[in-house]
Amino acid sequence: MGYMNTMQKHHSVELIPDKCIGCTDCIKRCPTEAIRVRNSKATIDENLCIDCGVCIRVCRNHAKRAVTNGLDVINDKRFKYKVVIPAPSLYSQFLRNTSINAVLTALKRIGFDDVLEVSRAAEMVTEETVKVLKEEARLKPMISSACPAVIRLMAMRFPSLMDNIMPVAAPIDVAASAARRMAMRKGYKADEVGVFFISPCSAKATAAMYPIGMEKSDVDGVISIADVYLPLRNIMAKLDPSEYEDLCQRSFEGMGWAATGGESADARIENAIAVDGLENVIRVLEQVEDGQLDDVDFIEANACMSGCVGGPLTVVNGYVARNVLKKVRANAASIPTDRGRAVDIPKGSVNLRLTKKISAANLQRFGQDMGEAIKNMEDIEAIYAQLPHIDCGSCGAPNCNAFAEDVVLDGIPVEDCIFMMRRKVKELAEEMADLAKKMPQTMTGD
Amino acid sequence: MKLSYTVLEGEYARAGEASSAVKKVLKQLGVPAPVIRKIAIAMYEAEINMVIHANGGVVDVDILPDKVFIQLTDTGPGIPDIEMAKREGFSTASDEARDLGFGAGMGIPNMIRNSDFFNIKSEVGKGTTVEIAVNL
Ligand SMILES: Nc1ncnc2c1ncn2[C@@H]1O[C@H](COP(=O)(O)OP(=O)(O)O)[C@@H](O)[C@H]1O
Ligand code: SF4
Ligand code: SF4
Ligand SMILES: [Mg+2]
Repeated sequence: MGYMNTMQKHHSVELIPDKCIGCTDCIKRCPTEAIRVRNSKATIDENLCIDCGVCIRVCRNHAKRAVTNGLDVINDKRFKYKVVIPAPSLYSQFLRNTSINAVLTALKRIGFDDVLEVSRAAEMVTEETVKVLKEEARLKPMISSACPAVIRLMAMRFPSLMDNIMPVAAPIDVAASAARRMAMRKGYKADEVGVFFISPCSAKATAAMYPIGMEKSDVDGVISIADVYLPLRNIMAKLDPSEYEDLCQRSFEGMGWAATGGESADARIENAIAVDGLENVIRVLEQVEDGQLDDVDFIEANACMSGCVGGPLTVVNGYVARNVLKKVRANAASIPTDRGRAVDIPKGSVNLRLTKKISAANLQRFGQDMGEAIKNMEDIEAIYAQLPHIDCGSCGAPNCNAFAEDVVLDGIPVEDCIFMMRRKVKELAEEMADLAKKMPQTMTGD
Repeated sequence: MKLSYTVLEGEYARAGEASSAVKKVLKQLGVPAPVIRKIAIAMYEAEINMVIHANGGVVDVDILPDKVFIQLTDTGPGIPDIEMAKREGFSTASDEARDLGFGAGMGIPNMIRNSDFFNIKSEVGKGTTVEIAVNL
């Protein structure tokens, strides 16, 4: 089985074997059918996983997690100057305190020297997006490059749409390189600066370290919202508003990116589709593939319901968080500030375009050439025809079709299906009964 | 390998399921993306036509190492003037279909543009058969 794609090499989502009881909850929900129960553990096929985090969400035994750095990274002695870059979804997590300066001040008190809001970078990306949309001879519709889970899904399932991906950098990458440059202007050497991203999800955690469509990342560590939530809340509870530092960069439009529809609203794109939830995203991408949405300018697609505020590493329910985010933006906009855009990122100091073409995953699971692939596919059809088609999952595959693929392509014994096993037992039993009826000729004689 | 699908009458919301299933198989087989795109567009348009202009029908797909052959057969009203139907912008789609975004009259032109072989046979009162082949 050859997969030649670097994008699929790196993952943050993994199984904690000790906690897994081998049930079928996650295998049935994984949008790319990447999970199989093998030896009673729900193992992930890294070639198929897109780091969407759905399995983290559905596992009731908490046996799937996203590997992130945890707060300890701030104690890393390599870094003399530490800048934190929070995703705007972080602001939506505090139901009783909607002040951005409170969140940012608390972040600094945790041990960071400075903050740079990813929402500010998002606004710069928006300007670039608008430029791309004005270009002649571009493909329609352009599809947002912001959700890495969607991009990985496309690389695997929608190879014909790779050229439709908006060639702008992700806001995290822009924020991270701006953060490093701003610290260097203060006199620090590049490697003395630590840039830490606060992430709502596993997909961004992976993409922050191993960026898609870029050579290298300026992010030195990723901390999940879930890990930073309690420490932040405790500090915020003790802060008096008079202690809030004026750190907010007033990027209210950029903050909107955290919820579905915000990206197109920021860019003022009228003729846009904003879709969320992977199942819905897949349906819309199918339509793009069929040429049915060629008149649409832009598609903003988020793997998570509600967008990043509903990310798998957030704490608050995504729909509730979306409402909080609205309040946060309104609240911040109503407070006058001196700082405002004083920490603006100088234009031209960071790269706003993707520097590397995003290529499709080279999925040759079914065979090296067409002849072999067709033969395998026919064998799969033949096996599938014998299966009960009830998708029970007790074979460890998400459905009978996936099981038939596993039998033909991975050499899984067909008796792993309990129905096939039963049939075989019945056949053997009948054969034995037949044999039992037969008398050796030496014993017969009247 | 051969695949066969039934397209249901009046199921606007589910029209496109057959082309979606074929697309999935072609991707798994490793057919190059631009070729899949051609097949997807051509087959989707033909499938939709069976729903909006006829009463559903049957799709037979044959995937060979060097080409994909698709035959769509319906027993609908048929097409009186095929040359006219091939023209860009020509459409007899009902208001109902137009309200759903169909009926731009670009279906058959798109099928022709995206296929390496195209043939349409039709008899008024009997039905229509569309044949599409795309080389791999
Ligand atoms: N399967 C069919 N049965 C009957 N009429 C058809 C069929 N397919 C196409 N037609 C006729 O050909 C016309 C042009 O088809 P097409 O180019 O797909 O445009 P549209 O579907 O938008 O009307 C249709 O409006 C219809 O009159
Ligand atoms: S992260 Fe998403 S794609 Fe990866 S195994 Fe979990 S559910 Fe499947
Ligand atoms: S929608 Fe946002 S939170 Fe969810 S996977 Fe995509 S980038 Fe991550
Ligand atoms: Mg049509």
